[in-house]
Amino acid sequence: MASFIQLLISGLATGAIYALIAVGFTLLWQTSQTINFAQGEFVMLPAFFILASMNAGAPFWLAALIGIALSIVVLGLMFKLIIVDPMLKYGVLPLVISTIALSIFLKESAKDFYSSQAQPFPALVPATDVHVFDAVVSTQSLAVLAVAIVTVAALHLLLHTTRLGRSMQATAQNPTLARILGIRVQRMVLYTFLINGMLVAIASILISPIYLAKFTNGETLGLAAFLAAIIGGFNQVRGAILGGVILGILDNLSAAYISSQYRGAFPLLILIAIILWRPQGLLGRIEERTV
Amino acid sequence: MNRLGAIAVGVGTIFAIAAPFFLKPFGIYLISMWAVLTIAALGLNLTLGYAGQVSLAQGAFVGIGAYTVALLTQAGCPYVVAFVSASVLCFAIGWVLGYPALRVQHHYLAFVTLAFTTLVFLVLRNEEWLTNGIYGISGIARPIFFGWSTGKALDFYFFCLGTLAMLALATWWMLGSPWGRAFVALRENPIRALSLGVDTRRYTLMAFAIGSSLGGLSGALYAPLVQFIEPNSFALGMSFNLLLMVIVGGSGYFFGPFLGALVAVLLPEWMRITEGYYLLIYAMLIMVMMAFCPSGVLGLAERALKAMAQRDPSGPALRAGETPP
Repeated sequence: MASFIQLLISGLATGAIYALIAVGFTLLWQTSQTINFAQGEFVMLPAFFILASMNAGAPFWLAALIGIALSIVVLGLMFKLIIVDPMLKYGVLPLVISTIALSIFLKESAKDFYSSQAQPFPALVPATDVHVFDAVVSTQSLAVLAVAIVTVAALHLLLHTTRLGRSMQATAQNPTLARILGIRVQRMVLYTFLINGMLVAIASILISPIYLAKFTNGETLGLAAFLAAIIGGFNQVRGAILGGVILGILDNLSAAYISSQYRGAFPLLILIAIILWRPQGLLGRIEERTV
Repeated sequence: MNRLGAIAVGVGTIFAIAAPFFLKPFGIYLISMWAVLTIAALGLNLTLGYAGQVSLAQGAFVGIGAYTVALLTQAGCPYVVAFVSASVLCFAIGWVLGYPALRVQHHYLAFVTLAFTTLVFLVLRNEEWLTNGIYGISGIARPIFFGWSTGKALDFYFFCLGTLAMLALATWWMLGSPWGRAFVALRENPIRALSLGVDTRRYTLMAFAIGSSLGGLSGALYAPLVQFIEPNSFALGMSFNLLLMVIVGGSGYFFGPFLGALVAVLLPEWMRITEGYYLLIYAMLIMVMMAFCPSGVLGLAERALKAMAQRDPSGPALRAGETPP
């Protein structure tokens, strides 16, 4: 039982990080039909921004802020202006190819301009263990959970209680109508890209102490984000959160109890099942079919 | 356009036959790889470009084909039997993989096929009793036909090129047949195709199965070409790369995959002169290319020809609705 609780909590922590990445992913899809195949690399990169700032002499908190800011500018603003905007009118596929190329580009940049070795990354809190009932839980897991929950809660408040958030939702649901209602659609789309830039930076800060900062980190993280987004529902923020959490817990439990060799296979089987029986995802809306 | 296309194909063929005589062994290996991957891209172009079904599973079929041939030939099976088995097996698996395509479209289908690719990779890696896991299979023999050994690089290249030519002709013939028309109808407007009496269900499965079978045949050549296969070669990267070939060459153009594979195989090698930065530059070029000609190299060529024909009214104008070769 104790080990089950341990696995559950560490699974929740991983799942919370997946959820952050998946939320950004679904936001981009909803507002601009961008399937970002470079989302995993977007999470890999901010860690290197932060390490570079620390090498320049900044303390960790300042470096983290610089990293988040750079990530918002580079992975949010520049990504939209340089990659997405010129390609949107051509439909989904060319943009998919372009983001695949972008993922290679970012991976190679991190390798060539920083290092091909895994870099140690400072943790948010000193690593000690806390006893919950009779299970041993690391403070890191708890810190990750706390940061992720605060971030998601803040995003939820933004989207559901502010005028800006509701405008963004309207843009996602029906851009034409939103424009008629006087919402500045292009600006709202831009905001979702900036939010994605921030989310991936936060995810990067949370995950890099665990995985170390390495240029190949994006491969598994990107796949996890897709899976989470589809399992939960491609067009719902809360679906992505649910999908991420399910994925994290499932990953830990199946590795411990069923087969560690095939731990990667269970999420995929669930994915196929979900797509066949409930293609809109657990919490998703059915989209009108585009013919 | 037709005459121009015929000339281009003729020049291309002569070039493909003459090229290996001027190349070093590594160069011959590269153009053999081009021929092998073109077959897989040809299959994907059928599934994606003509029938409009997005698939990220083509790399997995190359893997299944490669492993089938490697295992069967090492068990003492003649190459021809292994070659046909790879094709039949991939046809069957492709048919089954087509079923999700009946239910979901576009990006969902991309993700189902993506999951399939990763599953195949996991099986190849984990089932060590069959596939030898991460250590891969080495020492795959090149076939001998009626005393003609394809062991040397040059001979094997011509074997690959000949297979490519035959499969390309078969595909060309099929695209001109009612099947090919039905595939295009499926892509352009499935509901209209259905109302016109096209059995969309059967043709969707067919598009997947034939495309996958070409992937398997490509794998059947890949294994003896590289002579060493391991699961990582057939992970997502390969499928992405094949998708890239189809889109960069021009999806839905018959000769798109030939050009796309040329770009994807040769460009990174030429970029090697830039030392460690070659993948970086390659990725950048792909992004620039997608931004300026999303319909691929052939799409760009067609646009240029149209523009020329419009500027010069005496020139050969394109007839409306004419499809490129």
